[in-house]
Amino acid sequence: MSESIFSPAWRAQPLGRRGFLRVSAASAATAALIGATGCSTQTPTPVATDPYALSLSTGDAGLVQYAYLLAMAQATLYQKVVDAPPSDLAAAERAIFADLRDHEVVHREVFKYQLDPTASTVIVPADLAFSLKSFTLTTRAGVLAAAQQLEDLATAAYPVLLTLLTTTSGTLLRDLLLKTSSVHARHAATVRDLLSPGSFANDDVVENTGALAGQIRTKTPTEVNTALAPFFAPYVISIANLAVPV
Amino acid sequence: MNIFQIISEIEKVDPEVYDRLDSRRSIFKHMTGLGQKLSAAALPLAVGAIFNKAYAQTPVGATVNDVLNFALSLEYLESYFYQRGQATAALQAGFSATNKAALDLIRTDEANHVTFLRSVLGTAAIADPGAATFDFTGAKGATPTAANAPFLDVFTNPLTYLAVAQSLEDTGVRAYKGGAPLLMSNKTVLTAALNIHSVEARHASRLRTMRRGGPLNNTASQSPQSGTLNASPKSWISGTDNGGASPAQTAGIYGAGNNTGAPTGVTFDAESNTTQGGAALTGLPNTTGFPAAAFSEAFDEALDVTTVKAIARTFVVNGSTFLA
Repeated sequence: MSESIFSPAWRAQPLGRRGFLRVSAASAATAALIGATGCSTQTPTPVATDPYALSLSTGDAGLVQYAYLLAMAQATLYQKVVDAPPSDLAAAERAIFADLRDHEVVHREVFKYQLDPTASTVIVPADLAFSLKSFTLTTRAGVLAAAQQLEDLATAAYPVLLTLLTTTSGTLLRDLLLKTSSVHARHAATVRDLLSPGSFANDDVVENTGALAGQIRTKTPTEVNTALAPFFAPYVISIANLAVPV
Repeated sequence: MNIFQIISEIEKVDPEVYDRLDSRRSIFKHMTGLGQKLSAAALPLAVGAIFNKAYAQTPVGATVNDVLNFALSLEYLESYFYQRGQATAALQAGFSATNKAALDLIRTDEANHVTFLRSVLGTAAIADPGAATFDFTGAKGATPTAANAPFLDVFTNPLTYLAVAQSLEDTGVRAYKGGAPLLMSNKTVLTAALNIHSVEARHASRLRTMRRGGPLNNTASQSPQSGTLNASPKSWISGTDNGGASPAQTAGIYGAGNNTGAPTGVTFDAESNTTQGGAALTGLPNTTGFPAAAFSEAFDEALDVTTVKAIARTFVVNGSTFLA
């Protein structure tokens, strides 16, 4: 096994349910107060610890956790499609979904490796799951729509995610995430073209006017987290510790 | 299409470029107050401002402009390719309406990338090199024949046209990745470059899908034909794609790059690389039974300037110093 690219300080932190992803009730309450009143100076009333309140870590570790959750979401979807493909999904299309599953499982596992090279700690609570309930996975159109939603989301997330990395983790992590980003763009274009041929770079995902014409429409971690939130319920994931895009 | 390499090249002649850029981060702070969307919309102007301001105290050296114009040169290469191809009626007759529209969209995106770079260069932008600078048959300006032109029918045969297009887009994705790490200290420029990079990858995916299905087939539902990744690729790069569309000319697009002068810790591996983030991918948990190719398909690799130039020169006429 290779060395973790994270500093010993990161490794020393417990990455299990207690440390990784856990946000204190006080922090959650503070956030709620800010949201409700716009005032950040009030002292929140302590409440019982919410077992479903999770918080990403600060620094680059939190960004890997963010990428991990995206990969976990996609891998969950694709595994389901591979295990129970809709009857109207053609053989060649099933092969494409098998590739997507393979790629996203590899992404998920390599991000997990960054967080925990020895696989000795629990990365996320055992019952944290990406819910597929809201998708229609019994039809070709349904699985493609679900895939498009997640691939477009990942493609939009990475250009922002990459700018939030610090340099303290060295080149390995940066290059890992960078090399992942364009593969999502390839995936997204493919599933879009499966659902609606020629829609690979439509103006809902690529700017086609103005000074930014020809560039991806990006999403911040806040936007991505909001999009993913319903799927991770009852867990509530906080990205308050992540750096904020300029 | 090579904002990354611009900064990289500038750094070679001016190691303090990041300090220059960073000392003027207040530019972005002001923009942040206007909201992210607005700041993004103002980006091209901001990029121009960064360079103008960063070098305001010292004369803008010819070398800096040369580097910026190098990126623009690559944009001209792509733009001229699609411009000519999309204007060639006999070629377009070989595509379905949907696929012609897809290629038109790619042409527009590439033209927009040119516009973006020109806004950075301002009056220092190179003159339009003219169509005569490029020879997309690969004959390098000689009378094209079957013997000297690997892409002899590029503007008459849709299959050859798509083969060259895929090669250009896949090269673009790798070129961006090669320079991205050098932009980490300037988040706004980095974001713009990463955005363009992802658009190139979307293009590459569509072109690969079209090559798999054929120019008259709109859908993406075809399987790659076994053992023929050259002519019928997946929508992502599988291993080294058996050398790409035309291995004698395109193997370099999928192979290892030149690590000379690369930043510490950076290597330009072949697309078949299966070691990422310090992990041997094939040994990762929960991947038992995955085909060997899946591990390299999951990642796109970076490529260095020297190798990118050599690939691009395939389409520049002899006697021209363009992209030399």
